[in-house]
Amino acid sequence: MKSLKNFHFFEDWMQRYEYMIELGKSLPLIDEEYKTDNHIIKGCQSKVWIHAALEKEQVNFTADSDAIITKGIIAILIRVFSNQRPKAILEANTEFIDKIGLKEHLSPTRANGLASMIKQIKMYAVAFQTQLN
Amino acid sequence: MIDVNKIRSDFPILSRKVNGQDLVYFDNAATSQTPTQVIDVIIDYYSRLNSNIHRGVHKLSQEATEAYEIARIKIQKHFNAAKPYEIILTSGTTEGINLIASGYSNLLKPKDELIISAMEHHSNIVPWQMLCEKTGAYLKVIPMTLEGTLNMKAFGELLNKKTKLVFINHVSNALGTVNPIVEIINKAHANDAYVLIDGAQACPHIKPDLQALDVDFYVTSAHKLCGPTGVGMLYGKAELLKLLPPYQGGGEMISTVTFEKTTYADLPHKFEAGTPNIAGVIAFGAALDYMNDIGFDSIAKYENELLNYATDSLQKIDGMKIYGEAHNKTAVISFNVGKIHPYDLGSILDQLGIAVRTGHHCAQPIMDFFEIPGTVRASFSFYNTFEEIDRFIAGVDKAAGMLQ
Ligand SMILES: Cc1ncc(COP(=O)(O)O)c(C=O)c1O
Repeated sequence: MKSLKNFHFFEDWMQRYEYMIELGKSLPLIDEEYKTDNHIIKGCQSKVWIHAALEKEQVNFTADSDAIITKGIIAILIRVFSNQRPKAILEANTEFIDKIGLKEHLSPTRANGLASMIKQIKMYAVAFQTQLN
Repeated sequence: MIDVNKIRSDFPILSRKVNGQDLVYFDNAATSQTPTQVIDVIIDYYSRLNSNIHRGVHKLSQEATEAYEIARIKIQKHFNAAKPYEIILTSGTTEGINLIASGYSNLLKPKDELIISAMEHHSNIVPWQMLCEKTGAYLKVIPMTLEGTLNMKAFGELLNKKTKLVFINHVSNALGTVNPIVEIINKAHANDAYVLIDGAQACPHIKPDLQALDVDFYVTSAHKLCGPTGVGMLYGKAELLKLLPPYQGGGEMISTVTFEKTTYADLPHKFEAGTPNIAGVIAFGAALDYMNDIGFDSIAKYENELLNYATDSLQKIDGMKIYGEAHNKTAVISFNVGKIHPYDLGSILDQLGIAVRTGHHCAQPIMDFFEIPGTVRASFSFYNTFEEIDRFIAGVDKAAGMLQ
């Protein structure tokens, strides 16, 4: 899995948030046609849509949210999980979320959203893995 | 006059730090903070009185029962109900509403009509929808104006001979609008319909006189007015409460039990099955004492000054849009800045130690009406200060700069 070295260098919350907002702007955006209720993630205060496609046995994620900080959070997840084989995604542990200090900055309601996003990403991986078998 | 520094010293939580900064607590409409005077009553109860009420012959039980019933009388006096047994002690507003909804499921006929408003909390929508599903009654909705007030002309047109019940919040939690409940009650009564008022948001700011209002049912929660969570009251006119069947079966609510037949206890016990939140009820009484000592007139006047100051300052921020512009409103400001998502703004304010609510505030129909995902809601209490508002305004400014 790719690392997110930059992240824990931010001591200051403002820098951390500004970085997240920047990352949010670089998020690979989901096609408008997939911005439907089928692709919406429950458990977030803001709306989150995630879509995945399998290309050359690797999963590519695209996403969007109506909130910019949420977009930054998904951007981080997608950096970690995109362009991986489904198996690698399934085996990946999610400790990095603690490590980069995301979790401590997320209230329970928001953390639930994060958990749902990861769950959705892993569900896509399960589906593609079955397809490959 | 409010001596805010003296008042603040009554609230231990207000000297807490959040994210390294002094807490600014502007989520009072969700729940209010608790003064030492109320916390001490809870400690005293468990240290000195704890026992089960209404059933023991022993001293502790008698003293606890007395304290519990004194609290009921305090609540009765505060709201000016005619009789103590018209005060049913509940776990909160939500339970009070469900108790009435469940009671009416046997008293309504198909095609009867119920009226609610477009600005209700989900807890004053869902129980009535469930009641309609059960009984075949219809739910009608009073529409809202762009200022966030009720369209009273439309209300008049919705009322007819089939209208049985009307449910309105006294104050909207998402917008702060104070609704014209006197007019609503009078019009409904002229049509032989009964009225339930959800007072959850009104009671921290207004002292309702239930007999003068001539309202049929009134519900509220202690935690919105400096009391503990999970306690509340349902007021109902005795003759109406007597018509309703019990809500839950259990101990305390019976008169005699045999396997053939159980006869129910009289009011209020018929609706108070099981061991209640005894300490909570006693603390509810103490919270009313606390607020009455400060005085609801002083509270309303001071909070109105906070509201005007905050509204004027917020309006200077570029892209500011305030939802709920009724003349008569409580100290609640629901707003958005430009296209910034309320969640983003709330997250940055949280980092600055400022607690506000973001989202749909359990009033999704209002958000749909304004076609927005939600709002940021700042709600003030008599223990908040003008300096805190300055910090909040600076925080909104800073967040807007980061997010735009
Ligand atoms: C208008 C209104 N009604 C009902 C409720 C529900 O109160 P409780 O959760 O204490 O039952 C609230 C609280 O948020 C409210 O603001």
